[in-house]
Amino acid sequence: MKILMLGWELPPHHTGGMGVVCLQLCKALASQSADIEFVLPYSADFPTINFMKVTPAMPTSVEEVLRQSGGTYDSQYFSYLDARGNTRGVNMAEHQDNYVKYVSQLALLGEYDVIHAHDWLTFRAGLAAKHISGKPLIVHIHSTEFDRSGGNSGNPLVREIEYLGLHLADKIIAVSQATKDIIVREYDIDPSRISVVHNAIEFNENELYETGSSYKYIEYMKTQGYKVILSAGRLTVQKGLTNLLHAAKEVVERNPKTLFLVVGSGEQYQELIRLAADLGISQNVIMVGYINGTGKQWRDAFRCADLFVMPSISEPFGLTPIEAITFGAPVLISKQTGVSEVLKNCFKVDFWDIHEMANQMCAAITYPNLKEEIYRNAQAELKKIAWNKSIDKIMDIYNKQLQRVAV
Amino acid sequence: MKQAVCLYLHVHQPFRIKHYTIFDSGVDHNYFNEHPGGADNERIIKKVAYKSYLPANKALQHLLDTNPEFKFSISITGVLIEQLEMWAPEVLQSFKDLVASGRVEILAETYHHSLVFFYSKTEFEAQVTMHRQKIQDVFGLTPQVFRNTELSYNNDLASWADQAGYKGIITEGWEPILGWRSPNFMYKPAHTNNIRLMLKNYRLSDDVAFRFSDRNWSEWPLTAEKFVHWMGAAMDNAQTFNLFMDYETFGEHQWEETGIFEFLKAFPDFWMKSRQDRTFMTLSEAINSYEAQDSIDIPQTLTWADTERDLSAWLGNSMQQQALQALYSLHKSVIDSGDWQLIEDWRKLQTSDHFYYMCTKWFNDGDIHAYFSPYTSPYEAFINFMNAWHDLKYRLAQKGYEV
Repeated sequence: MKILMLGWELPPHHTGGMGVVCLQLCKALASQSADIEFVLPYSADFPTINFMKVTPAMPTSVEEVLRQSGGTYDSQYFSYLDARGNTRGVNMAEHQDNYVKYVSQLALLGEYDVIHAHDWLTFRAGLAAKHISGKPLIVHIHSTEFDRSGGNSGNPLVREIEYLGLHLADKIIAVSQATKDIIVREYDIDPSRISVVHNAIEFNENELYETGSSYKYIEYMKTQGYKVILSAGRLTVQKGLTNLLHAAKEVVERNPKTLFLVVGSGEQYQELIRLAADLGISQNVIMVGYINGTGKQWRDAFRCADLFVMPSISEPFGLTPIEAITFGAPVLISKQTGVSEVLKNCFKVDFWDIHEMANQMCAAITYPNLKEEIYRNAQAELKKIAWNKSIDKIMDIYNKQLQRVAV
Repeated sequence: MKQAVCLYLHVHQPFRIKHYTIFDSGVDHNYFNEHPGGADNERIIKKVAYKSYLPANKALQHLLDTNPEFKFSISITGVLIEQLEMWAPEVLQSFKDLVASGRVEILAETYHHSLVFFYSKTEFEAQVTMHRQKIQDVFGLTPQVFRNTELSYNNDLASWADQAGYKGIITEGWEPILGWRSPNFMYKPAHTNNIRLMLKNYRLSDDVAFRFSDRNWSEWPLTAEKFVHWMGAAMDNAQTFNLFMDYETFGEHQWEETGIFEFLKAFPDFWMKSRQDRTFMTLSEAINSYEAQDSIDIPQTLTWADTERDLSAWLGNSMQQQALQALYSLHKSVIDSGDWQLIEDWRKLQTSDHFYYMCTKWFNDGDIHAYFSPYTSPYEAFINFMNAWHDLKYRLAQKGYEV
């Protein structure tokens, strides 16, 4: 079966969770004998990808995709860091147009059975390919504009593209029930057209057994009785970090030996630094900045944490809690995350309930038994969150679409 | 009695904190040099030496050689002298040559160009003593007149300086405080016995320091002749014209191409010839020559910065306050540690520039802040500083201090 897969990024040249999911999803699909051609809007080396064909839609050489504005895909400009270290802004609309043209060309000349498009940036290209080739289009929703704008309507142009893609696609895949509900509610889609396929994540064996920490200072302070609470992700309104800082103040008041490690960059960077200062907790809040999600510094952050927190206002799925558990940290997540549908052994809190958030963070760092128990059970639970089940569902969706076309 | 120009130039460069991340905390204890042997600060010192210190010293030396009445005063911080010793000894030598003329006075201040007076008297005195020692060692002089960092000043500081035996102290001649009084006279600080207060004539000083190259300024271009003419108009019975400014005015803030060096070279002659009774004086000399005209009461803290003339450029926002609070919270354990390197690093982190870089008053005054900052934003400056602070804490913890 030949799949035309349309995505916006792949690791290690990526900025967010979607790239990771796309890569792992494709790898798992390829193992089920799916023949995938993955079209990217930039060209780069992917030495570890040998299970599918990666095709650059534009001859844009990109060393690293940067999300400088932090505004995910709704920012007007994407910036790229090229091989010579220069940052280049790319106009989003123009970039999309080029992508559409190239994908249309592929659809015209190539033989594909299914078109599988990931998130709104690729929807116009997906629709064009469907139009030209007559092949079924599956749109895969990793996040909606509703999520990215923190539960507001967001950018109307983006909403419109999402609306079109969702209505004209042959089938919709949502990464969580919560996302499915949003699609039904916010985009007027018949629920029967949407399948929920949860994400999973796999790790390299060698990543699991790394030694030595990148955070010498943090590790040392732990020997001095400090506890470490970590958050990692883009610093955007969607992630609910201002609530976290307000809760952090309550924690620090009770336990001054608490360090909050904030990993990530984004448009709230300055606001959060300022807020920490205003709250008088700058000595406890360490702004780590951007760390590449494929590096050891990223994994070491989870390893040194006593608790990982993802207080998102809206999170379609959210892979980082799974990474956190894999690398050694119990997690506190907001009930508004997709991952909370599959992860039971964790602390859960409503994103707006600052007091309860502080309460649970205090408990996690105060009672080692509680932390150990929740962590041990989460690890066991993690074994059940694997790609196999999800891939079976996707293959099933592909086959149904093919049968439908055949009829 | 003659009328004197009291030219006073402030020479200072901080040890800027290099790009320092949380991954460096606990690993790399060198906050100030990009590579062993220096790179960033070294590069800046060499640039400023080339653009400002060397040509300005050459011009000043020439004036001393050719005009027997030409005199001036400088202040030079310990942290700059250290950097000159390492990276630009020829500049330090040229300052020594100026001082050797016997017509250049050096003022007292804190070695580390800090705001410590407002946090700890004992640490303040330690830094003033360090500076005095350094000036004695390098220049063979003992300072008699005190200037606090950024000309920050209040009654308490004046009382301290009076009791410490200084004959004079300086600050900004800010009208809301002076009222009807002119900065062109000698004053006595309120609640003191012997000390005298000299005030910066900020209009005339800033004409040179800030407006000299501003083509939108109605008086541009400023010539020495015009400038001297203004001083005649200013006040016939004035005692002194106190022109206080950064040394880097010459060549760095005002580039050579603006004609600033020609202005400097031409000014003394115009000044001396404009009237029979005109001369130059060092600050000490002026204090010995003129009687105090009035007493001035300044309970609140005054500085020479921004339109507010207060400390808001250094501790106006919560980041700055947190950073300073964090730094001084380590005071006792740092001193108790007896570890000279650690104490010195802690003191270098006190240099006021670090907090100036965190200033968020971007607009109006802000542009001048942006010009001087080695960081892309005040937030980056803050993160850098705090990461270094965390390392300082790590070093203390390793020595067994409660952190």
